[in-house]
Amino acid sequence: MSNEELNQNPQNPLDSTVDSAVDPARDANATESMPEAGKESLRTDANPEKKTLTRTPGVTMKELADTAAQREPVPVVRPATKLQLVSRRTQIKEASLASLFFICAFLAVLGVSLIFAFVAWRAFPIVHEIGLWNFLTGTKWSVAEGVFGAVPFIMGSLVVVGGSLIMGVPLAVLTAVFMSEVASPRANAIIRPAVELLAGVPSVVVGFFGVVVVVPLVSQLVGGAGFGPLTAWIVLSIMIMPTITTLSEDALNSIPMGIREASYAMGATKWQTIWKVVIPAARVGIIDATILGMGRAIGETMAVLMVVGNAPQLFAGISAPISTMTSQIVLEMGYSSGTHRTALFGLAAILFLISMSLVLTVRLLSREQHKKRKKVKKGAEA
Amino acid sequence: MSTSTHQTKYSTQLQTDPLVTTYYVRDLEFWYGDFNALTNISLDVMPSAITAFIGPSGCGKSTFLRCMNRMNDLIPDTKVGGKMLLKGADIYSSGVDPVDLRRRVGMIFQQPNPFPQSIYDNVAYGPRLQGVKKKSDLDDIVEDSLKRANLWKEVSGILDKNGLAISGGQQQRLCIARVLAVQPEVLLMDEPCSAIDPTSVQKIEDLMAEIKDEVTIIIVTHNMQQAARVSDYTSFFLQEVAGEPAVLVESGKTSDIFTAPIDKRTEDYITGRFG
Repeated sequence: MSNEELNQNPQNPLDSTVDSAVDPARDANATESMPEAGKESLRTDANPEKKTLTRTPGVTMKELADTAAQREPVPVVRPATKLQLVSRRTQIKEASLASLFFICAFLAVLGVSLIFAFVAWRAFPIVHEIGLWNFLTGTKWSVAEGVFGAVPFIMGSLVVVGGSLIMGVPLAVLTAVFMSEVASPRANAIIRPAVELLAGVPSVVVGFFGVVVVVPLVSQLVGGAGFGPLTAWIVLSIMIMPTITTLSEDALNSIPMGIREASYAMGATKWQTIWKVVIPAARVGIIDATILGMGRAIGETMAVLMVVGNAPQLFAGISAPISTMTSQIVLEMGYSSGTHRTALFGLAAILFLISMSLVLTVRLLSREQHKKRKKVKKGAEA
Repeated sequence: MSTSTHQTKYSTQLQTDPLVTTYYVRDLEFWYGDFNALTNISLDVMPSAITAFIGPSGCGKSTFLRCMNRMNDLIPDTKVGGKMLLKGADIYSSGVDPVDLRRRVGMIFQQPNPFPQSIYDNVAYGPRLQGVKKKSDLDDIVEDSLKRANLWKEVSGILDKNGLAISGGQQQRLCIARVLAVQPEVLLMDEPCSAIDPTSVQKIEDLMAEIKDEVTIIIVTHNMQQAARVSDYTSFFLQEVAGEPAVLVESGKTSDIFTAPIDKRTEDYITGRFG
């Protein structure tokens, strides 16, 4: 349908009133600013209207079509514009900023590589002094006898981190859900500063709290001296909780209100909305938060050292003293020398590799899970 | 103008029996805190028909629409007065479960809001909430709903794709399929076509006409042509003075409102002289 066609349509009495009502200034403006867009949308609208003309005599449609017909754009010749060229200064500024950012990012990569290279270099003599296999599989660590096996510490660290995640992640994520989805602003005004303060408590203070409060409690409840994995789990879960809570809450808050409304509008309850829509949508953010919490847990030294018992033996129950890689390094680094020191560097290298592979594993797992779900769907269709 | 003297003009007489209507609304009032947003709203929504709510921005049509499935309950400090009957039952009487109400009264929003899950999971969401577990049953519901939403042809091969990965217009139809999957009796559409492409608008208008026998549809729209094209009944809302409550100016058959409006303000609005 063209404008000419519309113009040739016999005018009906209603149209004349409309013509006079069209504001000439507005009309001219519209023609100048967006003639094509205006015409297009009116044309597409005009077509379906024709089909239903019998049901709704299209008074407004007719008016609009005639208005559109009048809007034949007339090109006006104007003086050519001059475009400003990019100045040398801007170019230099942009380039130097870009390289500044690159250097910052590069320093992080450089730092990680240098630290790992240094630790690996100092740990390397293990290969001929102890034997790599003996070191990695040895279950006995005795400085006096010159026997250095890393298994008790690897196991100790994994037990402590695993347990604290099992206790700490649900606690932290549920707190985040409460803060983001349930709590009133007034309740949040108390909870949020408390969580943030908890993140700022120095680990030695948390450790002290562990020694004075948690250790006697565990001793009473489970028996033994109270120094051991269970105490470390409790202390560490308190320490990783603020990190995971804060980051998970950010992830939950970034979920648009629209999808919550959509769920409610489907007849979902608050809990169904939270479990089936909001948390899955924030999954990636919650996993990232967990990774950071895990990083903190495996690297945490002081608080763990104070409550874990520091006995270089294998895991033998939740209240039997064990030792972790970090605490062992701190305890013995001061007086170590020769093979002993090399062995401690060996522990540091293992710690480095484990924390790195933990991070990578979790990342891969979350990606795999996503893929697997997709595959299940495809199978179901076929 | 004082709101107490306001009289809505009706080109079709209001029903006396609530049971011939889908919604039977009398003297509805609505407050956000101290602000009286709607007053004196009385109208009928007839079954198996499409009713359009029109009016300038901020005139309370969306607020009124959200009263109809109690979505406003989610906003703290809101109050409703008057009568709102769904097929004869007062949806605001004490003890009524808003969750069950929303199962029966579906809603489509202005911004398409699919869940960040697969297309399949999006449509299966409602049925799963209601306890449908069998894979083959879910498959049937998903296919049927997507077909009714005019989307099946475009997505039948990519049901595992994220619902956010398709175009805006397709997302909106996905949202419609998601709602249709729970077999609602009423479908509330809050400017469903204002953010999407014309092809999808066409498809949505087609599907509205196809499903209106089974599902009573109420649509809020800023597009007069759309109101004239798709609706059987039209209600015109207006808030004349900022800060004063909005009122229902005129209500009746679309053919009457668009050809012979009783109120001058209705005529001015639909011919584009204000708003």
